[in-house]
Amino acid sequence: MSEMYTQQVMDHFTNPRNVGEIENADGVGQVGNAKCGDIMRISIKVENDVITDVKFRTFGCGAAIATSSVATEMVKGKTLDEALALTNQMVIEKLGGLPDVKIHCSVLAEEALHAAIADYKAKHGK
Amino acid sequence: MHAMSTTKRINMDHAATTYLDPEVLGIMLPWFTENYGNASSVYAEGRTARQAVEDAREQVRAALGAKALQEIYFTSGGTESDNWAIKGFADANQRKGNHIITTNVEHHAVLHTCQYLEKKGFEVTYLPVDHEGRVSAQQVADAITDRTILVSILFANNEIGSINPIAEIGKVCRERKVVFHTDAVQAVGSVPIDVEAMNIDMLSLSAHKFNGPKGVGALYVRKGIRLENLIHGGAQERGHRGSTYNTPGIVGLGAAIQRATQDIPAKSARLAALRDQLINRITGEIDHVIVNGHRTERLPNNVNVCFRFIEGESLLLNLDMLGISASSGSACTSGSLDPSHVLLAIGLPHEIAHGSLRLSLGVESTQEDVDRVMEVLPGIVRKLRDLSPLYADYLQQKNA
Repeated sequence: MSEMYTQQVMDHFTNPRNVGEIENADGVGQVGNAKCGDIMRISIKVENDVITDVKFRTFGCGAAIATSSVATEMVKGKTLDEALALTNQMVIEKLGGLPDVKIHCSVLAEEALHAAIADYKAKHGK
Repeated sequence: MHAMSTTKRINMDHAATTYLDPEVLGIMLPWFTENYGNASSVYAEGRTARQAVEDAREQVRAALGAKALQEIYFTSGGTESDNWAIKGFADANQRKGNHIITTNVEHHAVLHTCQYLEKKGFEVTYLPVDHEGRVSAQQVADAITDRTILVSILFANNEIGSINPIAEIGKVCRERKVVFHTDAVQAVGSVPIDVEAMNIDMLSLSAHKFNGPKGVGALYVRKGIRLENLIHGGAQERGHRGSTYNTPGIVGLGAAIQRATQDIPAKSARLAALRDQLINRITGEIDHVIVNGHRTERLPNNVNVCFRFIEGESLLLNLDMLGISASSGSACTSGSLDPSHVLLAIGLPHEIAHGSLRLSLGVESTQEDVDRVMEVLPGIVRKLRDLSPLYADYLQQKNA
């Protein structure tokens, strides 16, 4: 670990928010694979196009856990359009930065969330 | 990384490095200050420094059971020793053949050097190891051809601790008249070594792995073996390695190797008992654990396990926050996308190799250190598994 994690990363890593899986979720997205050492699964509950609940589970390094945790926090209570506008750059900013070699973790967090929303839309014919 | 707590830190990463023995430091200090002479100078200050260098050379010779002082060369560490042994030998002996035999679990100092030589036209055989990370003398014998000039096989694995049958391999190489180099960086001070009895022709070592200073090592080269120089530029080491003598470092290496090789059986027995206790408690108290490496032909200070469903770096961060330093072969800690080549070579799938943890003990390790690790490790693994989608899937399948 040659590069430093910020305090925000360590905070989310140590006390991850919204851990778990929503039963009867409206949408579930999973990205990454075990071979590469990162898997993120995000499940969402949607009412009137608003994400009323969101949970995650992550297999991966400190940055993978922190980015998925902060991403769930950032979209909870947001509309689907607002959530779709979330980019990995916003995740990085919220965490006060990420080491270069960990940027891909923020991309996975964005992709997992978008996959969950896509799953919701597919299931609900939108 | 983050604010360190005030609790006592526990080093469980001695395979990475060790602290400098204060006694050794005390012996080194005058060679920085009052006796600062260049060991190559002809006047009194130089001669004093040179005598200290030669005394250290004798300490290294004695520790390895080498015959002659001229067989010991001082270097900047294990990596340089490996580079010099392999590249220097290949350069000087290519008219005899172009084939080199090594293993697929070497330290990168050997592996990358061999890959470099492949680009220069040498042929390299990377012997596959068994599931415990070892090669056999028979494998070496079968791989030797009339073009083979060098066999380079590590003494003990830095990641999983498995010890190779070095004396048997040495015997095969001697019978077949092939030069045998071993990277013994992890073994010196942990395992008895005798270059004569084991038929070792070249051996690399590094001082900071046995409570000596960083930045200094040695290469043993049996008399009669020709190496091209790696470092050009001076008459030091009888013209074989330029560079002003690092007198304090060399003095420190000599003092450290003398201490480290005294009473190896008693020291190793104490560490092996702590090692086995750690392995038994980890496998007893935590589910879904795989122990890597050979159970008995193993460095007395090495524990290496994989925890299924979790990833190594997050494990290390949690241990670090609780004051424990350890290491892992996960991709995130190796700085690449793949987990450690050693864990893959012993047949572990990627997803399991990502969850590896190496705990390596040292001279100051205590029962309290082991107890502290076992106090926190099961909880950390549980916490990370609660976060893991792989573990959730496993539980669901199990209960289905």
